[in-house]
Amino acid sequence: MRNQALVRMGLPVMTLWWREMVRFVRQRSRLVGAFVQPVLFWILLGAGLSPSFRPPGMPEGTDYVEYFYPGIIALILLFTAIFATISVVEDRREGFLQAVLVAPVSRSAIVLGQALGGTTLALVQGGLFLVLAPAAGIRLTVLSALGAIGVMFLVAFGLTSLGLVIAWWIDSTQGFHAIMNLILLPIWFLSGAFFPASGLPAWLRWVMKLNPLTYGVAALRHCLYLGRPALVGQIPPLFSSVVLSAVFGLLAFVGAMAVARRSTS
Amino acid sequence: MSDPRPGMNSPAVEVEDVHYAYGDRKALADVTFTVPRGEILGFLGPNGGGKTTLFKILSTLMPPTGGRVRVFGHDLADAPFAVRPHLGVVFQDPSLDPKLTVMENLVHHGHLYGLSGQTLRSRARALLERLGLADRVRDLVETLSGGLRRRTELAKVLVHRPELLMMDEPSAGLDPGARQDFTRYLRQLRQQENVTILLTTHLIDEAEQCDRVGILHQGRMVAMGEPDALKGGVGGDVITIDARNPGELQGRIRERFGCEVVLVDDTLRVERPKGHEFVREVVEAFPGEVKSATFGRPTLEDVFIRLAGRRLWSRDA
Repeated sequence: MRNQALVRMGLPVMTLWWREMVRFVRQRSRLVGAFVQPVLFWILLGAGLSPSFRPPGMPEGTDYVEYFYPGIIALILLFTAIFATISVVEDRREGFLQAVLVAPVSRSAIVLGQALGGTTLALVQGGLFLVLAPAAGIRLTVLSALGAIGVMFLVAFGLTSLGLVIAWWIDSTQGFHAIMNLILLPIWFLSGAFFPASGLPAWLRWVMKLNPLTYGVAALRHCLYLGRPALVGQIPPLFSSVVLSAVFGLLAFVGAMAVARRSTS
Repeated sequence: MSDPRPGMNSPAVEVEDVHYAYGDRKALADVTFTVPRGEILGFLGPNGGGKTTLFKILSTLMPPTGGRVRVFGHDLADAPFAVRPHLGVVFQDPSLDPKLTVMENLVHHGHLYGLSGQTLRSRARALLERLGLADRVRDLVETLSGGLRRRTELAKVLVHRPELLMMDEPSAGLDPGARQDFTRYLRQLRQQENVTILLTTHLIDEAEQCDRVGILHQGRMVAMGEPDALKGGVGGDVITIDARNPGELQGRIRERFGCEVVLVDDTLRVERPKGHEFVREVVEAFPGEVKSATFGRPTLEDVFIRLAGRRLWSRDA
């Protein structure tokens, strides 16, 4: 009985996930938006800010291009999550999702398929970006690369689920752009991706402490500099960062399921 | 496969005193009807009449705010998952993914209904062949014309062999030829597989093709019956008069002939047997007043006008 229920859930989740993959491969513009754009940010902002910008608390022996590198990974994950979210908003508007909603498939299975689809795309692009680590001056070992990919999975799952909460909540793309600028981008700005927390006014440090992505970026830094803790600077410790990222991912996913269950279209 | 239906003989759909309100606005009230298996039932009505709300309730997208709906004997509110496998729904907005091929869309749909592997593929291929899409199997849906997309959509919802097919404005965007093909195919489907078909429409000729028609106006089912029976309720022929001064002529005809004259969209309408004689009498009685006059057998639109006091497609709307 239990096995049968699993099969019944597995096939819809798999097919929804697979559709996201096929769509991604056939929409080149998404790759440009979610991968090329952050890389461009990294090159231009990194090169432009490196000579003049040296925030307090940045570890000795690193420059801004290197500091910015894990932040760009987080940005790639965020942008992919945003694109996955927009695709759900469009599905709801254009009718594709209506057909899924009247199929004998639970809302949980639908949301899980969407979340795993977005997460996989984010992982592929984030993983691709790891190849550029030496250009940032970061020496990756097999272990640190695997650790980074594991953390990327947690962060991508959390961000995609957060996007799904929004996508099932609102019903227009315009509404989504407003929320993206008001919530999603500030989450990235204030995660330690762009500048460290040390030396900031107290209120801003508090905001960063409450920001779930702060722990994702911290866990990512720890993994990239595995065995060289002096280079990570003053950030939350590895273990609690990983745990908090996982908890956030789970909460966001449960939230997305709850919102999806209430929605009628 | 065991039959999951509680009663093999239960009707396809039973709707009992269904209500729906969006906040304070009532969209449906006191709707009650039964659909036997194998029937083609059309819902006719203007936009905003309640068609779409009824469609959303019957397709399990949202529960009614009052009343009960049973499909094949299952209560929709208690057991939507017992109903859904037997349901095929064609929405007004296309539900195909334009970035997938025709076959990929059908396979994706089959997976959602628990079908997979060779069974699914051969079933999909047979349907596409039957609907004349065999040479477009590998084409992206975004490259298909509107008519072909509609056919793909139909093939898609038939993949899991639904016993109840529901379609919201199925022929929207189809040219008359394609519409005829579509209707013919639906009749075939009903004949060969005893599929029950519910459809909404605002097209008179599409409604005339149904076994029975339900007329929805302001959230109420104001009439339901076979098209001929509904038209039989109209007294004889329908005479339409376009007058120089319709308001004035309305009173004068009433006075002179002692019959009911209705003014709809600046046109006078009279129901009378022997319309051709009446037209001549009116033209002779009021020389110069009548710009044009026609008569004909009543259509479902006349039935609607009689019930609602307005045209299905008002010029102002």
